[in-house]
This record gives sequence, C-alpha cells and structure tokens, in this order.
Amino acid sequence: MLVLSVTAVIFLIVAGLLLYALLRYRIRPNDSGREPPQIYGSNQIELAWTVIPILIVVMLFLTTTRVILGTEHIPKPSGALDVTVIGHQFWWEYRYPKYGVVTANELHVPISDPANPTPTYLEMSSADTDHSFWVPRLAGKMDVIPNRINTMWIDPEQPGLYLGQCAQYCGVQHAKMLLRVYAESPADFAKWIEQQKKPANQDFTGNPAAAEGQTVFMHNACINCHTVRGTVATGRFGPDLTHLASRDTIASGAVPNTPENLRKWIDNPNSMKPGALMPPMHLNQHDLDLITAYLITLH
Amino acid sequence: MSPSTPVLEAIDETLAVKRPAFEVIYDWVTTVDHKKIGIMYIVYALIFMLVGGLEAILMRIQLAVPNNHFVSPQVFNQLFTMHGTTMVFFFGMPILFGFGNYLVPLMIGARDMAFPRLNAFSFWVSAFAGLLLYFSYIGGSGLYAAGSAPDVGWFAYAPLTAKVFSPGHSTDYWTLAVLLSGIGSIGTALNIVTTIVCMRCKGMKMTRMPLLPWIYLVMSSMVFIAVSPLTAAQIMLLLDRYIGSHFFDTQAGGSAVLWMHYFWIFGHPEVYILVLPAFAFMNEIIPVFSRKAIFGYPAMVAATVAIGFISLGVWAHHMFAVGLGPVGNTLFVFSTMVISVPTGIKIFNWLATIWGGKIIFALPMMFSIGFLFQFLIAGLTGIMLSAAPFDWQLTGSYFVVAHFHYVLVGAILFATFAAFYYWYPKATGRMLNTTLGKWHFWLFLIGFHLTFDFMHIPGLLGMPRRIYTYEASRGWGTWNLIVGIGAIFQAVAVCIFAYNLIRSYFRGEPAGHDPWDAWTLEWATPSPPPTYNFAHDPTVNSRRPLWDLKHPEDPDSDYE
Amino acid sequence: MMTTTSTIPISTDSETSWQLPYRGTVGMVCLIIAEAAIFAIFFVSYIFYLGKSLTGPTPREVLEVPILGTICLLSSSITVHWAVSALRKNNLRSCTLGLASTVLLGAIFLATTAQEWYHLIHDDGLTIRTNLFGTTYYSLVGLHATHVIVGLIMLSIALGVSLTGHIKESHSEKLEVLSLYWHFVDAIWVGVFLVVYVIGR
Repeated sequence: MLVLSVTAVIFLIVAGLLLYALLRYRIRPNDSGREPPQIYGSNQIELAWTVIPILIVVMLFLTTTRVILGTEHIPKPSGALDVTVIGHQFWWEYRYPKYGVVTANELHVPISDPANPTPTYLEMSSADTDHSFWVPRLAGKMDVIPNRINTMWIDPEQPGLYLGQCAQYCGVQHAKMLLRVYAESPADFAKWIEQQKKPANQDFTGNPAAAEGQTVFMHNACINCHTVRGTVATGRFGPDLTHLASRDTIASGAVPNTPENLRKWIDNPNSMKPGALMPPMHLNQHDLDLITAYLITLH
Repeated sequence: MSPSTPVLEAIDETLAVKRPAFEVIYDWVTTVDHKKIGIMYIVYALIFMLVGGLEAILMRIQLAVPNNHFVSPQVFNQLFTMHGTTMVFFFGMPILFGFGNYLVPLMIGARDMAFPRLNAFSFWVSAFAGLLLYFSYIGGSGLYAAGSAPDVGWFAYAPLTAKVFSPGHSTDYWTLAVLLSGIGSIGTALNIVTTIVCMRCKGMKMTRMPLLPWIYLVMSSMVFIAVSPLTAAQIMLLLDRYIGSHFFDTQAGGSAVLWMHYFWIFGHPEVYILVLPAFAFMNEIIPVFSRKAIFGYPAMVAATVAIGFISLGVWAHHMFAVGLGPVGNTLFVFSTMVISVPTGIKIFNWLATIWGGKIIFALPMMFSIGFLFQFLIAGLTGIMLSAAPFDWQLTGSYFVVAHFHYVLVGAILFATFAAFYYWYPKATGRMLNTTLGKWHFWLFLIGFHLTFDFMHIPGLLGMPRRIYTYEASRGWGTWNLIVGIGAIFQAVAVCIFAYNLIRSYFRGEPAGHDPWDAWTLEWATPSPPPTYNFAHDPTVNSRRPLWDLKHPEDPDSDYE
Repeated sequence: MMTTTSTIPISTDSETSWQLPYRGTVGMVCLIIAEAAIFAIFFVSYIFYLGKSLTGPTPREVLEVPILGTICLLSSSITVHWAVSALRKNNLRSCTLGLASTVLLGAIFLATTAQEWYHLIHDDGLTIRTNLFGTTYYSLVGLHATHVIVGLIMLSIALGVSLTGHIKESHSEKLEVLSLYWHFVDAIWVGVFLVVYVIGR
C-alpha cells in the first residue's frame, strides 16, 4: 500500500508537471521565430531532485526490508504443520511426514488461529524441471527447483478452497499444473488426515466390477508408475492413487473427477492434457470400464 | 569562433544512372560503409519486428477467450519463445545498433567506423543468426518438442533445456542463434567504443560530444560485460547437451539456479542496453523540438554512467522467488531501488528541457511525449516490483509482462519511432508523410494503452505468464479480450508505418540537409550524406556546432 | 536539382594538435574485457562447484602443479615484450628472435597441457563427463588452451612476416596490440594456476 501510494504521488506530480509544460510552452501560431532562452542547467535544482529521490529510496528500502525479514526470518511456531511438496512435470506431490501420508494435487491444511498459530510450512523441491508454487490469496510464490530445497509458509485463517497454479514455465502442460489448497477447520483436517492414513480400500462387497477392476489394474503397467498403498502397486513416477476418489479433480486440477473423465483420461490423457507424461494405456473398452469402477472406490 | 565553409549539396551523379540490379545488390552485400550497414541492420530488424509481432498476435488470439483451441499448447509454447527471442535479439539489438552505426560517425565528424570490415562481419553474423533461428521451424522434425522451433522460453531455464527434457534440436537452434547474435553484438560494440575514443573530429573533446555517442559508448561498454556471461553460459549448455558435461545437470549435483544467475547477469544489463539508445534518441530529439539545449548535460552523462554500472548489480531481482534468502533478497532490493535515482534524474532533465521552451508537436516530438509519460509509468511499476514482497506475488505473472512491455514498447519502441521520423529525412533525403504518421501515432497509442494498461490486471488477479489457456472461472477472460483488441490496433498502426517508410522513399517531400533546424554535425551534410560523409573534416568548439554557426552572437562555446 | 547549401564548421588553425589513441589498442582492450568476462563465468563455475562433485576423483587426488608449463608461458610474455621493443628500435633480428622464442615457449606450454590431460584421462579416468570437477576443469583449462592456440597462430604469422624480411618499424603498434592479447592470455593462466592448482586443491 505504501509503495503504491508513493509511486502514485510521484506519477501525479511528474506527469502533471509534464502536461502543464506541454500546454504552457507549446509553440503559438503567431510565434516570432526567436529561440527561447537557452538554459543549460541549475545546480540547486539538480541537487534537489537528486537528494529527494535518494531519501524516498531509503525510506522504501527500509520498509521493504522490514517486510522481507518479517516473512523470511521469523521463528517457526511449534504448532506448525510440515508438508513436503515435490513438483513434477505437470502434477504436485504432497507428503505429510508426521502422518506418513502421501497424496497428490490437492493440498489440505488446517486453518490457523492468530492466538495459537498453526501455519503450514512447505518444504519444496522438484523431481524434474523448475516449477513455482503460487496460490495468490495465500502467499507470494516460491520456486520449486531440482537439487534444491526451498521453504515457505502459509497461514490461512479463513476456511475455503484457494486456487493457484504453477508459475514457472516447466514444459508443454505448464498451463494445466493447477493448485488447489483446501484450508479446513482443525476438526475437518483431522478427519481428512485419518482417512488418508488408511491403506487403499479393499472392500468390494456388491461391486464385482470393482473387484475385477482391481485385478486388471494390478496386472497392467499402471503399477509401474502409480502407488496404491497396501497393494503391489508401488510406482513413484505418477501421482499416488490410494485415495483418488477423495479428490475433486484429476490431472492436477485440469478436469473434475467424474467416472467419465477418469475413463477418458486413462484411455488417452492427451485428449484432455496434450503433452501430459502419462501415455495412453491402449486398454480395451471392457478393461477401461473395470478399472474405472475400481478407481472410483478408492476413497 | 570557427569560420564555416559553404558547401554545395554534393549531387551524386552516379545516382542518375540506373545501375543493373546485380551491381546494386553486390554493392550492398560487400559494403563496409557504416551508413549502408546501418540501414541493413534497420531493415533486417523491421522485418523481424513484423514476424515477432505476428507471433504476438497469434498468442493474443489464443488467449482472447478461455479454453481456446486456436493453437495447440506446443505451438503456443514455441510462439512465446520465438516472440521473446526474436524481439530482443533480432529486432531490439539490430535496430539500435543500426541507428548507432549510422549516426555515431556522422555525429562525431568521422568518415566511417574504426573497423569497417569488422562492422560488415558483425552484421552478417547477426543476420545469419536470425535466419538460423527461423530455420528451426522447417529444419526440425519429429515428435513435438523434439525438433522444430524452440519452446523453452526466451530465458531457457535449466534443466528444461537439458537433453532429457528437450530432446531433438530445437533448443540447439536457440542456443546457437543467440550465441552468434552475441558475437555480432560484441563486434559492433567494440567498433562503436573504438570509433568514439579514437575518431572524434578536431575540437570534439569528450565533454563536447553530443549525448547520443556518449550513451552508445556506455551501452557498448556494457555489452562487453553483459553479453559475455550469456556466451559463456551457452557454451556450457552446449557442452552439457552434447558432450555430457554437468554444468546444469541437477542429477549430477549441478545447479539450475546457476543458469538463472548467468542468464540474468546478462539479461538485466541487456534491457538497459536496449533502453539506453532510446534515451539517446530522446536526448537529441526533445531539445530540437523544444528549441532549447538539453538541461543538465553533465548530469545526463553522469546518470548514464551510473545506470551502466548499477545495472550490472541488480540481476537477482529476477530471482526473488528462487529462495536466495533474506540477505540476498535485501541486497538486490537495494540496488534495484537505487538505480531509479539516476533514471529519475533523466526524466527530470527532459522535463526541464521542455520547460520554458517552444514546443513543436511534429511527429518525432509526439512520439517523444508518449515516451516520457510511458517511461515514467514503466519506471514506477518497476519500483513496485523492486519491493521483493510485492514481487513475490507478481513475478512470473502478467503484471511483470505488462511492466516490461511498457518499457520495451511504450518507451523504447516509441523512442525508436521518433528516431525514424527524425532521421529518415537525413538517410533518404525525403520526409515521411505526416498524415500517415499521425494515423500511425494515434492508432498505436490507443492500441498500446488498451493492451498494456489492461494487461496489469490479470497479473494482479493471479494469471501467470506462459500459459496457453486458462479457465473461465478465474475471471481473466474479459481483460485478455481487451488486450487482444489493442494488439490489433497496434498491428494496423505498424502496417501504416511500414507503408509510409516505403511510399515516402519514392514520393516523399525532399528534405534538404537540415529540415528540423537542428544543431549536431549530421545535419551539416547533405541528405543522404555522400559516402565520405564530410567534404572537409569538421572542427567544433562546443556541444552544438550548428547552433554556434546559426547564432554567432550567442554561441554555446561562451557557456561551456 | 538540389542547391541548398550545407555548412560544415572547420578551423583554419592547424597548429593545435589533436591526438587520439591508436584504434588497434582500444579495440584490443575492448576484446580483452569481453573475453575476461567470459573467463570470469568459467572461473565462477569452477569455484562454485568445488567440493560438490557427487563422485569421482577430486582435484587433490589427481592434479599436479604444472611448474614447467607455467614458467614457459610466463616467460613468453617477456620474450614477446622484447620483440615489440626491438621492433620499435628497428632491430629486426632481435624482433624475429623474440617472436620465435615466444612461439616456442607457447608450444611447450601446450605440450605440457596435452600431456597432463592424457595422464588424467587414461590413468585417472577423469573426463569432462565424469563429475562436476571434470566438467569445470576441462572447460576452463580447455577454453584457455584454445586462446593460447589462437595466439600462437597469430604470433606465427607475425614470425613468418619477420622471417621473410617484410616486417618494418611502422608495424610496431600492430605488434604491440598482438602482444597485449598474449599478455592477457598469460594473465588468465595466472588466474587458472592460482584457482585450480593452488587454492582449489
């Protein structure tokens, strides 16, 4: 706000003077043709307009430094939640080390109470190229860089869904590497974490398609890239699917998580996100139905 | 007091004879004359401006509405890469070096540059580089992003440029083209520095040199220190991609941030290299159309030198979001804010030059006035961005894109248009058409503001840069549509300008040697100047030798 | 037909001298500044990556201080300086001798570098792709060696001109420009020596 007001005032003064000069000193139709007095400089004026800007700069610099230190140089509250963020080409991996939870694309955090702050500290790195974590209503952005760990914190006080997206060009589908941060009350967050801690659903009573779908899944290449905790699927290249059905969207926020979209995605990811690194699975229609039926049980 | 010698306009008899086309082409291809080379740089740059502009229009159409399918993501990513690379390296640098090549020897009373053959070599290397970059569109092939035009962004962050993430040769076209362009730039800069230091005419001490050569001197010195790090980094990138070295290979312990440092150690001074010649044009044009000497010549020189030095130390303000830590961030906040002081001084000096003068609203001055307001705004958004916390939100967003286009288009391009209207008569002997010029000015002004004023808003609303589409629910659609409409206005204006350039060459009013009643040495030669520039070597006693001749009762030499 | 007059200010006073520096020297200084900046970036990479290699041989394990090469290269700066002074005094024979010694010493330097690299590649298994040390070492020393080669080519041409008797005293400014380049190459070697072989180990 301060920066904006200072720059606005400078603009009004300088632009105002300029406009005035252009109007006042424009050449008139009845001009005599004599040149105006040639003025080569003025030490006093030049000194003034050197010193005053220097003072403004010093003032802005000091206030800015205060904010920088207040953001980057503060102690971490004991109640803070730790989340590890790993950027991938075109999706986000989230790990909650304290709870042993691994999930993807939708970040859940508890809201924070100013009296007893519980911010979320994000430790971020990348598995491939540069990315950047930017949820404007929560914080400024911080780049996510391979072979480097960057830390930032967010401290939402209002529950809700906060949107953002990757803010450092990372390849073909940079535009659809979206961020969804769900800030929830401590109770809701605890419920969510409890659910995420459980291994994958294995209860298919009354749902033979899903049971068969699990078998098809486990015999396909899916398990090379994806993890479904509690099964033989332990791949790490793609998002963790253990609780896929608990998410609102798939493809890192690109499309809503419905059975139709899910089926279409598995059939050919390029139809929705051309350039995504998941290859088309070339499954027949029957297997697609079964796998979809299975995946939508993974709450 | 220096006596003058009246010289008849040198009527070039050879112009009356129609030479065979082949002879004309051979003359231009083998020329080492700084004026011809300057014109070739400028024409070359204008062609690339049109190409880069077309790339921009295609992007704006794609982004005009949410979830558009005008171009594929792969093509869009190539478009923004090529647009940025083309505009900086194959429009910006060549056009400014072109004007420098043309004007510097004339303004210092010399007959050519210090190394005419190096001059020609630098041009042809740069020209080849541009063609090499565009050859990528047809030379590459295969899977998307495996061959064809580069799509890594104009700053090509590692490790996206590593062989594993960018297979094929698209990145190599980028690397080699920019590398060669850099070599051309270093050659021309070397020429400009040597010419200014060693070939000034008699009496022209450094303190009597017009401000344009001064600025080109500082700008060229910056080229040595700024372009070289990019050259080095690109050699490292090529080694990484082809010999398996690990400079930016994060899997082997290499650092992606190191590329960023090297790139921005080049990239930031580069934008000052681009803007300083714009200041130079303003320093020559504003006084003439205010009928007053430039206010505060020594301060202008000092401010230019200060900007040159300080700009070498602000680069990491492009990296505030990389996690350099509070100390690093604070240092670069400081240096970035400090550079606003000499820059502001320049604006105040221009204001003071206009103040108390007699302002003539000819086309060069109209564009200069646009420059003044727009550069002021651009500088102020720059100050906003220099506050790191502000920048943490806005870097990598459309706010930054709006800010730097405000400088590149609103300041530099406007100043360049002013320079065209001002010096075209000298180079061709004909005036540009005023009616067409006014259409050009007003359409471009409207288009510029529609596009770049409103472009700040999506940035403030969270829209990142380099995305090929966005969802309707984000609320960015209307603003992007307005931005796109402005782009169409600008395109039309530029087409009118291009038409004016060509038409006036054949049918423009004859200009004479000094149509603007100006004061520096280039206006003492015929229009266009003969190959040898000056029939006699000039001698000067002040900063405005022609003012002294026109006003022998009140020469500048009495005041300096 | 145009008959407007343009006026060029001139001076009839031909006594005041107007001497500006020699173009070749200024041009070479500019080139040296640009090249120094390129080298600086390679130095920065070397220093930044010291100790950061994930595997492979370290500088301490494989590098030996190149005494002979360094003495040769630094002496060659002295010999090229002799050659330039000799030419200024029109002593063409000494100039030729100076140039020949410079080329010889430079060639010995290159030979020692080649020998060192052969040893590093074949006996120690260090190549540019082995680790970060290999990458930064070979690129920095290699860039320097490339500049030595270019310098030797130019010096050999000068030597050829002088051996065939075509060199004159009026060429001394040009030869000085070339010697400036050679001094720059030597100065870079001092940097490489200190950073790579002394501090870096």
